Amino acid sequence: MAELLEVRGLVKHFPVRRGFMGRHAATVHAVDDVSFSLGENETLGLVGESGCGKSTTGFSILRLIEPTAGAVFFRGENILAFDPDRMRRLRRHMQIVFQDPFGSLNPRLTVERIIAEPLRNYEDIGTAERRERVAEALDLVGLRPEHMTRFPHEFSGGQRQRICVARALTLKPSLIVGDEPVSALDVSVRAQVLNLMVRLQRRLNLSYLFISHDLAVIRYVSHRVGVMYLGEIVELADAKSIYARPLHPYTRALLSAVPVPDPRRARQRILLKGDVPSPMKPPAGCRFHPRCPEVMAVCREEAPLTRIAESGHLVRCHLYDRGDIWNPISAACKAGAAAPPTKGERE
Amino acid sequence: MLSIRGLKTYFRTPQGDARAVDDVSLTIDPGEVMGVVGESGCGKSVMALSILGLLPSPPAFFAGGEILFKERDLLRLPSEELRRLRGDQISMIFQEPMSALNPVFTVGNQLVEVFRTHRGMGGTEALKQAIEMLAKVGVPAPERRVREYPYQLSGGMRQRVMIAMALACRPALLLADEPTTALDVSIQAQILELMIGLKEELGTAILLITHDLGVVAEITRRVAVMYTGRIMEEATTLDLFDHPLHPYTRGLMASIPRADASFETDQLNEIKGVVPSAVGLPPGCHFEPRCPEAFETCRSSRPELEEVRPAHHVACWRVSRG
Repeated sequence: MAELLEVRGLVKHFPVRRGFMGRHAATVHAVDDVSFSLGENETLGLVGESGCGKSTTGFSILRLIEPTAGAVFFRGENILAFDPDRMRRLRRHMQIVFQDPFGSLNPRLTVERIIAEPLRNYEDIGTAERRERVAEALDLVGLRPEHMTRFPHEFSGGQRQRICVARALTLKPSLIVGDEPVSALDVSVRAQVLNLMVRLQRRLNLSYLFISHDLAVIRYVSHRVGVMYLGEIVELADAKSIYARPLHPYTRALLSAVPVPDPRRARQRILLKGDVPSPMKPPAGCRFHPRCPEVMAVCREEAPLTRIAESGHLVRCHLYDRGDIWNPISAACKAGAAAPPTKGERE
Repeated sequence: MLSIRGLKTYFRTPQGDARAVDDVSLTIDPGEVMGVVGESGCGKSVMALSILGLLPSPPAFFAGGEILFKERDLLRLPSEELRRLRGDQISMIFQEPMSALNPVFTVGNQLVEVFRTHRGMGGTEALKQAIEMLAKVGVPAPERRVREYPYQLSGGMRQRVMIAMALACRPALLLADEPTTALDVSIQAQILELMIGLKEELGTAILLITHDLGVVAEITRRVAVMYTGRIMEEATTLDLFDHPLHPYTRGLMASIPRADASFETDQLNEIKGVVPSAVGLPPGCHFEPRCPEAFETCRSSRPELEEVRPAHHVACWRVSRG
């Protein structure tokens, strides 16, 4: 499977300025040394709690914010080195769907104008053809051509999110970053949008970077899953395997904490103590050590490296120090990765 | 202990009356955890606010029903008496602890107020109680936290403070409206654990309002499923999950992805269409336009809750007519 996207050692630090003359007071370590890859037709889920850096990672990859360091290869080219003009031309291949379908649609524009906007920006085509393309996009997401003349407020949340997806699809991109795309939706509507995204992926050969705090949603859409904590990916593996046999103590605690809609299920909950520390002062050693139920002496001293565990999971934890060190550059980001998409039975 | 009968809470709008809660009956026994589950706009929060008389009127008004709490009808209680009840015998916690706490007063200030208002305590005594209460809900270093402002606390800590305020007077009933929805998974687990523990200790009954069937399964004993202002199904939690009967309940359960490895979701169920507006609801069963099993009767006449299994009530023609 060809790699569409390779992210290597991505870092994003935000300076915090305070007081007189905006003196530099601290640094928020939003994303620290994040590496992963994304194949054609594949969905990588990034999951973590608020403030873990998952959205910043998504934005950095699209250069909606400029990363501090690292490299992002899109079809083999480092796009962080692109000049604005080249970047602009590339953007048609990478689109984003945001969380809030109310905030991300201009209330003064008709649906036709909203969906046609990318076409106006990138394709020199006439009005009639443009309208046809808009109708095509609407059809893909299950809306009707007569919706074109309406305004966003006339739609429900789920329909608005469909409009956002339609807009992202008009330029036939290869990569779509979904930043919590279903988190604002109700359960029954969320299922509609998730199924839609899965169907479209196969139909249009899309790759998704799917960002969410919801472990169940991530499991449903992803082929591989990366778990983030305080700016780092602590575990990355095939979706099936990570939910069946999570290795990192944080992944395990997180999975055990998700309420399961089954009152008969006896659960062994791992309760994490305390709150996530501030990303301005990430703990020394392993960033998870102050909350880790399996903390050892070495965890307080030394930050663990990402290693390849026996099961193939990439894991950043001293419990797995016997595994080989994972080198994203030589391993082409792919060690420990799963087979290509296997969720073929859907639809 | 609490018995809601035929409650109708409507809102006047230019388009007509929006029937937010439409003929809902519900009882809660002492010390029980009762869940109300439903999607946005189903009327679950309006129902809770009706109990406490916290809805602005106009536009809200009660078109019928009664809410009996310890043999008194809350809907007809003078506002002065209702105020004495609130925060003392019935209290509430909300989804967003930041907007429910006053940002310009310290945590201690807000907690002390509860004891002074309802228990007539002096400042020193009330502060002592406040610190004790913070310790009880697991706030570390309560002597220091009591002097801090809400912005200095994390989301989980704020929710703990809210719970401390709500339970300060050992109320008979706690209304919890999406208490963990704004919190991260690991913090949500802490707060749920805390609520269960305190319920055991204080014997407080809890009405838990949520959209999350997972949370319902974890901590409730009985549950009512609401849709467009009406209860569609009500049963013990075990029975509801073992034998969901209403097509809406079944559809809802099949549309949630699951994170537990023991359960494999091949294809999520979609409930077609959208929730109808509270103005201009369908004449028959409210769920009929989206129901895959609807038939003639469903379009013309509205089903009432019927007991179809012991302690299991369903409002559905398909179920009651076999």
